[in-house]
Amino acid sequence: MLAMNYRGPYRVRAEQKPYPEIEHPNDAIVRVLRSCICGSDLHLYHGMVPDTRVGQTFGHEFIGEVEEIGPSVQKLKVGDKVLVPFNIACGVCPFCKQGLYGNCHESNPMATAVGGIFGYSHTAGGYDGGQAEYARVPYTDVGPTVIPPDMDLDDAVLLTDVVPTAYQACEMGGIKEGDTVVIFGAGPIGIMAARCAWFFGPARVIVIDHIEYRLEFARNYAKCEAYNFKSLEDPVLFLKKTTDWFGADVCIDAVGCEAEGNTLQTLTGRIALLQAGSGTALQWAINSVKKGGIVSVVGVYGPPYNMIPIGNIVNKGITLRANQASVKRLLPKLIDHVQSGRLSPKDIITHRIPLKEVSDAYNIFSSKLDNCIKTVLIP
Amino acid sequence: MENERTDYKNIPGWGMDADPENEPTYPMKNYTGDDHQRLNYTRPPLQPESVEILHSNERPGLTAVFGTSSPPSGLSGAIRRYAFQHSEDRYRHWIPLILADRINVIEGIVDDIKKGHIPNFFAERGCAADWKYNRKGVLQKALAIAAITAIVITLVSDKKK
Repeated sequence: MLAMNYRGPYRVRAEQKPYPEIEHPNDAIVRVLRSCICGSDLHLYHGMVPDTRVGQTFGHEFIGEVEEIGPSVQKLKVGDKVLVPFNIACGVCPFCKQGLYGNCHESNPMATAVGGIFGYSHTAGGYDGGQAEYARVPYTDVGPTVIPPDMDLDDAVLLTDVVPTAYQACEMGGIKEGDTVVIFGAGPIGIMAARCAWFFGPARVIVIDHIEYRLEFARNYAKCEAYNFKSLEDPVLFLKKTTDWFGADVCIDAVGCEAEGNTLQTLTGRIALLQAGSGTALQWAINSVKKGGIVSVVGVYGPPYNMIPIGNIVNKGITLRANQASVKRLLPKLIDHVQSGRLSPKDIITHRIPLKEVSDAYNIFSSKLDNCIKTVLIP
Repeated sequence: MENERTDYKNIPGWGMDADPENEPTYPMKNYTGDDHQRLNYTRPPLQPESVEILHSNERPGLTAVFGTSSPPSGLSGAIRRYAFQHSEDRYRHWIPLILADRINVIEGIVDDIKKGHIPNFFAERGCAADWKYNRKGVLQKALAIAAITAIVITLVSDKKK
């Protein structure tokens, strides 16, 4: 089968790999119909995540048709079209039982700090991902969800990660009516978080980034304010001024470890790798939020450490909330938002590219060529 | 002196201020008390270990399922085995893994050549997309590289004279 194959930082190719096998009684093999490149795939692509091995297939945002099932699978049958949450969850460990499907204790032997994730390095379990014609899906009775028959496949694929992660970012922010919400990052997650924030009733939603075409997209798609930090000189000062010198009620970090905007963070985090990427967005979030405010983190940071102003978290009484999205928990509500027409995830897709052109697809997304917001690979 | 677990429920005031509504992780976490009965769950059937799987030493063994992509091999594999002897808290876990990743890239190129495949770095880096969407940038980069090369060659040849 054709699959994306990681060869090293900034080097991927599409090539033939063996068809995946059922390796556990509750596995299924899925024929992939759509697979996205996620912003967090770029951290792998750029060589930022430890234990990213040559030969792995990336891809944790995918949907497909069930091709084969293991002997213990009860809830799905061959031919079902399913959306596959990006996190692999057993459904029975103490974390899954309490809805923390992104923190499963039975899906990643290689690290205790993160649950299993499809195609996301060996630090997240060493699974091959969905940027392929076929993928092995463990715990078939727990994670995969049948796609409603009237749902557009492009909407469905964005429900595997982008929408749940963005929505949970807002949920963790505890946004209240009248709040000012600041979102750092105008990538797919940041744009979607800006759109989802309105479900919680804020008065202002502000997006901060430095890519002008993405800020324009955010303004149009999410009906929010959007500012270029390169023209602000000091984004923290700007945000204090625009909130009557109090600070935002809620700040969301939707950037993670490759943030720009602070030379020291860039030098130590992205170039010298003395910390796990740049912590600029999180630093700004902590320093821009009001006293007693909430900082919600969905940006991806690799292990082991980052330089952020912990003292300000303590002295300002900030509540810091973070997690991988619990996709399975959120799906019923989000499917309803999509089916009712309140949310149209597919509108953020700008590029549909054949899997065989995966090298170009990664470069387009990584280098932000052709005004790219979101790339979908079609096997 | 050895630490002994006390009968905590007899400590004066134990639990009197507990507020079950104070659950800051809700709705992310639907607290059920399962954290305190954490060994009581029935594990899913265990996936057979068909390839070498390294596991964090912060857990007693493998999880019920795991990925079998790219098992450790060669020099990078040996470094990874060393890394996994140390906990996720230690730099001596993560730094060797990053080193192994870089060595693994070279191993990948050697493997490709052994199989008779010369890696096409330009194609793998998606340069066609650069040419299509950022031709001006590519030309600027090429000119800069050519200029630097010319300067270096001139300096070196001047020195030789």
